[in-house]
Amino acid sequence: MSGLAKYLEDEGLATVAIALVRRQAEQVAPPRALWVSFPLGRPFGTPGQGAFQRRVLRAALALLERPHGPVLEDFPDDAPAMAAPDRPWQPPFEHSVATPGADTEAVIEELAALAPRYRASVERRGRTTVGASGLEPEPAARLLGRWLAGDRPPSTPAMATADALRLAAEDLRSYYFEAAGDGDLAEAQVTDWYWTRTHAGGLVRALRLACLKDSDRAIRHVGDFMLVPEGYCD
Amino acid sequence: MVRMNDIDPELREFLDGYRLPEVPGAPWVRPPPGRQRCVALISTAGLKLPGDRPFSEGAGDWRAIPTERAGEAVMDHLSISHDRTGFQHDLNVVLPVERLQELAAAGEIGAVASCHYSFMGASEPGAMEAEARALAGRMKADGVNTVVLAPV
Repeated sequence: MSGLAKYLEDEGLATVAIALVRRQAEQVAPPRALWVSFPLGRPFGTPGQGAFQRRVLRAALALLERPHGPVLEDFPDDAPAMAAPDRPWQPPFEHSVATPGADTEAVIEELAALAPRYRASVERRGRTTVGASGLEPEPAARLLGRWLAGDRPPSTPAMATADALRLAAEDLRSYYFEAAGDGDLAEAQVTDWYWTRTHAGGLVRALRLACLKDSDRAIRHVGDFMLVPEGYCD
Repeated sequence: MVRMNDIDPELREFLDGYRLPEVPGAPWVRPPPGRQRCVALISTAGLKLPGDRPFSEGAGDWRAIPTERAGEAVMDHLSISHDRTGFQHDLNVVLPVERLQELAAAGEIGAVASCHYSFMGASEPGAMEAEARALAGRMKADGVNTVVLAPV
């Protein structure tokens, strides 16, 4: 990020960069940087807290008034917590998937069960982050199930097989998280539920194991690093 | 949710100790006055629109996120451990397009760029250089004179 800022500034654009890892900004020394103490993944602070996000953006833009640089300034405040949910998070359902499994039809049933919650989430947030693969969740699940069953279509110019698998798994996870998520306080619970008590989590865990044995190095790499987080790998 | 202050010590040590490749030079542009600024956002979250080609590991290319379609952005970050939940809740914690629009409406900046951009942040700076310099030309042609960059 800091390197990008230097390239753009060198081309005549005035830049200011947010920094999440202060030491990296110190090393690269972009023209102007604002270090923030916020969680990784949230450079402008807390979801739903527009006034706070605006403060961060204003603080960054204020560095453009400095007469010379490089400038590295610390934002003074931590990100505020999200509002606690009205009641403790409850999983929409819990299925026993102690071992990874490729029960695609069970995943399709879960998708249907979650559909009302997913639609409510989209309405509440005004958007969805499902769509990275270009597939709806059901075709995404079926793609993974077919691949595990041995139906393995080759890469196309538009999409390598490794990317198709990775992104289909990503979309399934996004769908479940959007349908079931209910604020920061439940994030760890939703993560644990998804990977250990849903058939979708079991399907992706099984996919990982199959990818690790594939002859295609790119698919093995996806299995190694891009499907299942540490702590939930079989 | 992970902060630098309370993440796994091993990851913190890695991030703190990771030596980024040197990017030589100390470029410095005199920014235009606030009300003459046309501001674009650049994220390294691997954002793209549905249907865009996937990001690939180590590549330095970018995807365009038009302001009017920012709400359609999806995340194609290559790390499975990377937190997506903030982005799922609120686009503005990663790409604060609505916050920029508010500043423009209040006259604090001149305009919001018609388009914003995303790279995949795990790539080395050198891999991004040619793409970044070409992107600068595109942004300038679009009237952009100021860029806010944010990692994830």
